[in-house]
Amino acid sequence: MILGLDTFGDVPENDSGTLVSHAAAIRQVIDEAVLADELGVDAIALGEHHRPEYSISTPETVLAGIAALTKRIKLGSGVTVLSSDDPVRVHQRFATVDAISRGRAEVILGRGSFTESFPLFGYDMSQYDLLFEEKLDLFVKLLDEKPVSWTGQTRPALVDADVFPKTESGRLTTWVGVGGSPQSVVRTAQHGLPLMLAIIGGQPSRFAPYVDLYRRAAEQLGTVAHPVGMHSPGFIADTDDLAKEIYYPHYKIQRDRIGALRGWPPLRKTEFDAEVEHGSLYIGSPETVARKIASGAGSLGVGRFDLIYTAGAQPVSARMRAVELFGAKVAPMVREMMAE
Amino acid sequence: MTTIGILGAGKLGTVLARLAVGAGHEVLVAGSGDPAKIRLIVQVLIPGAAAVSAAEAAARSDIVVLALPLGKYQTVPVEELRGKLVIDAMNYWWEVDGVRDDLGSSSALVQAFLPDSRVVKAFNHMGYHDLDESGRPAGTAGRKAIAIAGDDADALAATAALVESFGFDAVIAGSLSDGVRMEPGTPLFGANEDAATVREMLAAA
Repeated sequence: MILGLDTFGDVPENDSGTLVSHAAAIRQVIDEAVLADELGVDAIALGEHHRPEYSISTPETVLAGIAALTKRIKLGSGVTVLSSDDPVRVHQRFATVDAISRGRAEVILGRGSFTESFPLFGYDMSQYDLLFEEKLDLFVKLLDEKPVSWTGQTRPALVDADVFPKTESGRLTTWVGVGGSPQSVVRTAQHGLPLMLAIIGGQPSRFAPYVDLYRRAAEQLGTVAHPVGMHSPGFIADTDDLAKEIYYPHYKIQRDRIGALRGWPPLRKTEFDAEVEHGSLYIGSPETVARKIASGAGSLGVGRFDLIYTAGAQPVSARMRAVELFGAKVAPMVREMMAE
Repeated sequence: MTTIGILGAGKLGTVLARLAVGAGHEVLVAGSGDPAKIRLIVQVLIPGAAAVSAAEAAARSDIVVLALPLGKYQTVPVEELRGKLVIDAMNYWWEVDGVRDDLGSSSALVQAFLPDSRVVKAFNHMGYHDLDESGRPAGTAGRKAIAIAGDDADALAATAALVESFGFDAVIAGSLSDGVRMEPGTPLFGANEDAATVREMLAAA
């Protein structure tokens, strides 16, 4: 069981309640990754965003910094918005992180749940599906690390193009992050890539048919079905009440900010409590969170669980404590529970 | 047995199709192209339903649910939908559809595109995972409700019966243009609540 931590580099408050700068928020993530590495957390994944409340727009640059300071932890993106990027450059940048980290880089490709990157980099939202399909197709070709010829509508053609640097292992670890579109699950299986499910609401067991779909699609298409991963939001503090108390006010601000853009009414505390109780918010003491992870991951038979440990401006010291508790307590407890 | 056609095999379409199968209806599901592309998805996620083309789903069904991105509404088979009850579960999303303050209810656009169909707005305000998890038998305390809006009394009654068969109370929000009170930006949007609360939210919009 791989157990990881994910963040979008949310800008936190310092302990006197002031929001820190983007630069400080990036350094905070690096400190957290170093601590996670020391505590034996398996992986960290940083998600690309282009919004003021998130400090990470280029995950691989932050990962390169982390790579130089850590020894064991796998260094991923979660996700890299491939649709609005150039597959050749994405491959080069992650192959570079792979070199710095001695083979610990992994890219999680996705379409993202925000759209700011489209106008920012000059892409058309009406090509939302085509951009991802074509670019994923090219990226999969690049994974062989041999000269590539490729033609499509969304990027200039390549003729026998060789791309550098090559990785030492000969293949960059590559996942596809999927938020619940069945077509994306099938597409991932079609490319023979591992699937990372973003489960950010509702009961995790609801996704069991998707895991089944991935495996059956791979079987029908003659590709390899890899162990499936999942990532879900949550937070850990010394007690259940403290975890909710620290997490909720910032989560609500962040959720309502996004909700205002998407037409959702403000979050109510009862909805939050229900999600903590029965849904996909892994919040509480180490034991509560470990039990919930073991049960969620167990119900889906996944081989990886990543906790998105930031959602809004939770203060820096509470975040460090959450990372510490995840590595020192939650992860060992989950392993023990799942071995039983 | 009622035959239900679902146009759209994405997150929402697969959930609605599963509810329809669970309610004992014959269910035909169509994606955007060749049914072969969604056959496995239907087999695994909606056991009991059949993957067909959009034209076939429209032609053979008594009720057709539109569960595709709103931006693609002009791809639905107008001819085959003539005379049918069409349930519009789509939502306007400004990031894709652009900012349109002049729009009124997006279901009015759909009705204008399908002048010979009876359009009812339903299944648009509840999140697809809540739809998937919240259905209960009639009479269950706290049973969740789905608001519906339409201009034709018979079409509304048939939609209400379908909503009931999926495990939800139906609350009539008013005419199709009153559908704006169920759309993004209203208190009801995203709500997974019982009938009394849904009525309050509609009144507050």
